[in-house]
Amino acid sequence: MSLGDGIRMIAGILGLFLGLTIVVLSLTWLERKFLGRIQMRMGPMRVGPYGLLQAVADAVKLVAKEDIMPGRVDRVVYWMAPLVVFIPSFMVWVTIPFARDLVVRNLEMGLLYIIAFSVLSIVGLVTAGWSSANKYAVLGGFRAAAQLVSYEIPIILAVLGVAMLSQSMNLVKVVEDQATVPYFLVQPLGVFLFLLAGLAEVGRTPFDIHQAESEVVGGPFVEYSGAHWAVFFLAEYINTFTIAALMVLLFLGGWLLPGLPGDVAGVGFLVFGVKTYLVVLVIFWLRGTYPRLRIDQLMSLGWKVLVPLAFVNVVTTGMYLFYGWPAWSLTLMSVAILAVTFWTIGRRMRTTPKPEYTVKLYVPTTEVPHAG
Amino acid sequence: MLEDYFRQYGLIAVFIAVAVALPTSLLLLSWALSLARIRPHKPNPVKSSPYECGMEIIGSRWVRFNFRYYTFALLFVVFDVETVFLYPWAVYFKQLGLFALIEMLVFVLILMVAWAYAWRNKALEWR
Repeated sequence: MSLGDGIRMIAGILGLFLGLTIVVLSLTWLERKFLGRIQMRMGPMRVGPYGLLQAVADAVKLVAKEDIMPGRVDRVVYWMAPLVVFIPSFMVWVTIPFARDLVVRNLEMGLLYIIAFSVLSIVGLVTAGWSSANKYAVLGGFRAAAQLVSYEIPIILAVLGVAMLSQSMNLVKVVEDQATVPYFLVQPLGVFLFLLAGLAEVGRTPFDIHQAESEVVGGPFVEYSGAHWAVFFLAEYINTFTIAALMVLLFLGGWLLPGLPGDVAGVGFLVFGVKTYLVVLVIFWLRGTYPRLRIDQLMSLGWKVLVPLAFVNVVTTGMYLFYGWPAWSLTLMSVAILAVTFWTIGRRMRTTPKPEYTVKLYVPTTEVPHAG
Repeated sequence: MLEDYFRQYGLIAVFIAVAVALPTSLLLLSWALSLARIRPHKPNPVKSSPYECGMEIIGSRWVRFNFRYYTFALLFVVFDVETVFLYPWAVYFKQLGLFALIEMLVFVLILMVAWAYAWRNKALEWR
């Protein structure tokens, strides 16, 4: 390893550390403020101007708060679980470029690397749930596993569509390939799949069945408090930002914007940042708008709608590439498929008879029944 | 070539170390605050009992969970392995030409048959 490599590495570590800290602090403030505005409230106003220092105050509170270790938890696993969730969310950023030359290590297999690492956080959630020795936490852990595992396939296939279009897994090349036409115009179906599956992967609100407060009271995180909980919290916000950043890189043209010299590092960084924060705002907007899906709805959406759509997306992209059709033909196909899907789902939702509810009497037993 | 490979991926080992160190240092900072008596530490039996909405704990803390989680996990393994195989194929799609297209159609067809079979056997229902 040469001296240049060493300097580059240290700069990368420091840059990522500072950047992600700022991102998390700004996102917590932004989310509360934005949700507040959606619900006709002011959001945080007390700490600093416009409540800007609220995030800092929260961070200090979390670190200085009592870290309760409940009686019979599996101590080692309980202590490790937040780390296992945090590591992948940080590692992914090694290969995510902020601008053309602003990337720690531009891996040739970047997309595969990101997917491989992001799956690992499932292990952390399950172990967190299991080691907490709490019914809600165990259920939450298993729900997290079922949900993340189900939405992994649509997200992998949506990313695959992009890899096919650009004939590369290198994120910089993917973005450079969008210099004329960004992929969201070519592959609207891919954007749709990526957004829904991405939201489910990070457990944002329409898909946060594993931490549903009204059902499993926070899921795997019930027993966590103080600094341990803060680590989960960090990971969650970094993941949200990661999904938004990937959305920008894969579909919205990354640091490129027509009429701007996106290749200049400063300009590219700004364009990328603005785009990513706009996508983050869309994610918060969805959170403020839609109610949470039930677990059976969530699983059927994943397996019966998104998985086949994802395969259709791959097949149409393959046909388009092989026959060399013009780009708008793929757009047309994607939009047509989306329209048919929405129409079918809408029709089914109208004609489905109401389920018959049967009242089950609760018979107290010494055993806890199977719960979902 | 091999040296190049290690240069590309050796950095990742360093970053794993950093990724472990960051949250650990946060936890250590919190622990240091408890040594300085800023962070309280006053456990009592009620506080350290598992949360169950304030009720007394009923039965075991580890609930039995439903079998349906296994079917989804199994399905996931099948589909996930298949999709990972699709990645190298996607990158060389243009070079491979007709062979790649037909290969993919056959591949996706097999997967879709498996998927339809799973649906028909109600493996995709959440019961």
